[in-house]
Amino acid sequence: MEQAAPALERLLQPAPLEPLGHPDAGLEAAVGEEAEGAQDEEGPGDRTMTENNFWLKKIEISVSEAEKRTGRNAMNMQETYTAYLVETRSVEHNDGPSVLTDSLWRRYSEFELLRNYLLVYYPHIVVPPLPEKRAEFIWHKLSADNMDPDFVERRRIGLENFLLRVASHPILCRDRIFYLFLTQEGNWKEIVNETGFQLKADSRLKALNATFRVKNPDKRFTELKHYSDELQSVISHLLRVRARVADRLYGVYKVHGNYGRVFSEWSAIEKEMGDGLQSAGHHMDVYASSIDDILEDEEHYADQLKEYLFYAEALRAVCRKHELMQYDLEMAAQDLASKKQQCEELSTGTVRTFSLKGMTTKLFGQETPEQREARIKVLEEQISEGEQQLKSKNLEGREFVKNAWADIERFKEQKNRDLKEALISYAVMQISMCKKGIQVWTNAKECFSKM
Amino acid sequence: MEGELPAAPRGSSGPPAGDAGGDSPCALLPAEALALDGDEDDLEVFSKDASLMDMNSLSPTMPTSPLSMINQVKFEDEPDLKDLFITVDDPESHVTTIETFITYRVATQTSRGEFDSSEFEVRRRYQDFLWLKGKLEEAHPTLIIPPLPEKFVVKGMVERFNDDFIETRRRALNKFLNRIADHPTLTFSEDFKVFLTAQAGELSSHKKQGPGLLSKVGQTVRAVALSMRGVRSRPEEFTEMNDFIETFSQKINLIDKISQRIYKEEREYFDEMKEYGPIHALWSESEEDLADMLGGVASCLDRCCQATERRLCGLSEALLPVVHEYVLYSEMLMGVMRRRDHIQAELESKAEALTYKKADTDLLTEEIGKLEDKVECANTALRADWERWKQNMRNDIKSAFADTAERNIHYYEQCLATWESFLTAQSDLYAKEPPEDKP
Repeated sequence: MEQAAPALERLLQPAPLEPLGHPDAGLEAAVGEEAEGAQDEEGPGDRTMTENNFWLKKIEISVSEAEKRTGRNAMNMQETYTAYLVETRSVEHNDGPSVLTDSLWRRYSEFELLRNYLLVYYPHIVVPPLPEKRAEFIWHKLSADNMDPDFVERRRIGLENFLLRVASHPILCRDRIFYLFLTQEGNWKEIVNETGFQLKADSRLKALNATFRVKNPDKRFTELKHYSDELQSVISHLLRVRARVADRLYGVYKVHGNYGRVFSEWSAIEKEMGDGLQSAGHHMDVYASSIDDILEDEEHYADQLKEYLFYAEALRAVCRKHELMQYDLEMAAQDLASKKQQCEELSTGTVRTFSLKGMTTKLFGQETPEQREARIKVLEEQISEGEQQLKSKNLEGREFVKNAWADIERFKEQKNRDLKEALISYAVMQISMCKKGIQVWTNAKECFSKM
Repeated sequence: MEGELPAAPRGSSGPPAGDAGGDSPCALLPAEALALDGDEDDLEVFSKDASLMDMNSLSPTMPTSPLSMINQVKFEDEPDLKDLFITVDDPESHVTTIETFITYRVATQTSRGEFDSSEFEVRRRYQDFLWLKGKLEEAHPTLIIPPLPEKFVVKGMVERFNDDFIETRRRALNKFLNRIADHPTLTFSEDFKVFLTAQAGELSSHKKQGPGLLSKVGQTVRAVALSMRGVRSRPEEFTEMNDFIETFSQKINLIDKISQRIYKEEREYFDEMKEYGPIHALWSESEEDLADMLGGVASCLDRCCQATERRLCGLSEALLPVVHEYVLYSEMLMGVMRRRDHIQAELESKAEALTYKKADTDLLTEEIGKLEDKVECANTALRADWERWKQNMRNDIKSAFADTAERNIHYYEQCLATWESFLTAQSDLYAKEPPEDKP
């Protein structure tokens, strides 16, 4: 990596505070390029990146292990948590051996920190979601306990998926904090906090206010918000029903297992029927135990849907940012207009708008021409500033819309691809389940016929 | 004419996307009504204690289909020589000031000489069936009389006379009469003939004949006394028989419970599945690129749902009634064993009396002779009927389970076909060819 290091450092600028602060034609072009250049390979475990991304060699990221730990938290109390091993490998050539370059332990809260940071610094990007914090949409057999090994395993896969998504995003992958997350275990949290990103985050209240009061948001974002609401609602509903269906299916299969035991006991008293009963019973046991694998596979499918459920929130975040910026712009324009009007009134002497100054003047006497001149001057300065600001806000806004929309298009393609794949894999699972069922019952039928 | 006239089909023209009860091709019983020990956590381990098992009488029913008719009309002995055909149908409600009850139409067709005519139609109520059973048991204490459906449902049913209950009972009553008709001895019972042919008034007067109340009471007292005494030297073969019956009874009760539970779980699975397809359809409305595929998945799920409904019907018509009948049979059998023992106990007590020379020895010796004959007859009758019964049981159980397996295979085959054609359509789309078979 020695040769790569200086090149890396050059590529890795610290994350810009406002990535869209300047009309950067270069940035746009880069976005376009990256979108084409960074194609994902098939298979989540092996996602490699091409040279356009920040490491000149291909890399592989995996969250390979999970470990239970106890430690002291911020309030010096004992706590138990799970730590995940994040390993990064670089691959020299396409099929060459991979070399472990970095390996460190992270816990869920650090992943959250990374994501919150990305949300603040890349508001125009649909930031990939984390796997759920607590198990939801669970059915009978699964445990809601965060320490449960199955939950931990599924979370491990989800975290790996998150990192891979970030790594394969043309813009996010270049982020220095992300790079450090993968390479620097100690002190990383401090570095992130030093960026002061929490302060830069838009307040929830401000965002809510903007959502209600914005007058002219880009229609596409309004539609997108509506779509993301629908997506969230329909996927939640689907997951809930799926969980209930899984529960029932589990019941159907498992109850058949009882036949096995009873047939076996019954066969003891039968002469002619005995063998048939016994072997039929065995097949009932096979049937009953087949459901475990079937439902485990289905759980992965559910996780794929869940990811898009959470993506809906990320979409909404981008829409909110747009609304905020638009509202800001509208307020600035309004403010400018009112200052201009004030100025005009002062110069021409007509009072059309209400102002406190006007009232007090009326009440306590006119101001002197010098005072008026001074005020006009101040206003003119403010107007000039305001116009500058408005211009740059306008530009910012347009940049944001353009870049956000580019990422949204990228996201849509990804979503359609992924969901199609998921649905097909669901069909494949169903087919496999049916085939198993046919086999078991064919065998059982033979046994019954021989009784 | 076959053994059972198809009852007026309730919406049986193909599987509708129907809801509960009345709309579906088979009257699916709502899951709650099955009144099972809802021990949700205990899916894998059933209670081994037979006494905890409910006698869930309700096997949900459906109008006839060829397959069900084969099961109903499984005539074991001489299918070609059948000369007595009976159907029970057309339940009707009667309300009087004292009570409400249901009567059923019992239609008979026969070519037998001893019947005055070749066709009969009478109306009977459950009480009448009970009477018939009682008479047959009296006349043939060691024959295995077919069981009647239970008098009352133990728990769960709100109304005694709801449609599903009546239908289940009707089918069971039909089975009851046909089994009697098939029995080489019982079929010639005079009481049976009267039951099938007598009009209402005649039946009640016939019922009044026979041993009066007092003598019946006397019989009962003696029976209790004898059963307290017990039988001393039961022949080995009957002890074996008894052991078999005990074990069989345990196992068949368990199987009944398991089968009812499977029905319940499948029914609830079906209820959830009904929602599953429509959600995908709803989702497809807010998508563009994904709309077709989601629509495809939705229709696959709907088809699988329909297949599930058919599977459920199969269970309720082919398996549950058969298993439940054998639960009732096992009780019946225990009664038969007791009666046989009772007869032997009678003999033994008289023989004992003889050894103590308590009464007139000549009279006693004569009585003992008669009792010895009685015991001999009883044992012979039982022996023959036992073999016959076991044979039937094997056949019935075997075909009930084989049939269920067949239906399950069919169910999975249907679902498989649905999903496979969906996948084919998808890959056709990818190959940019016009899809041949849109799901």
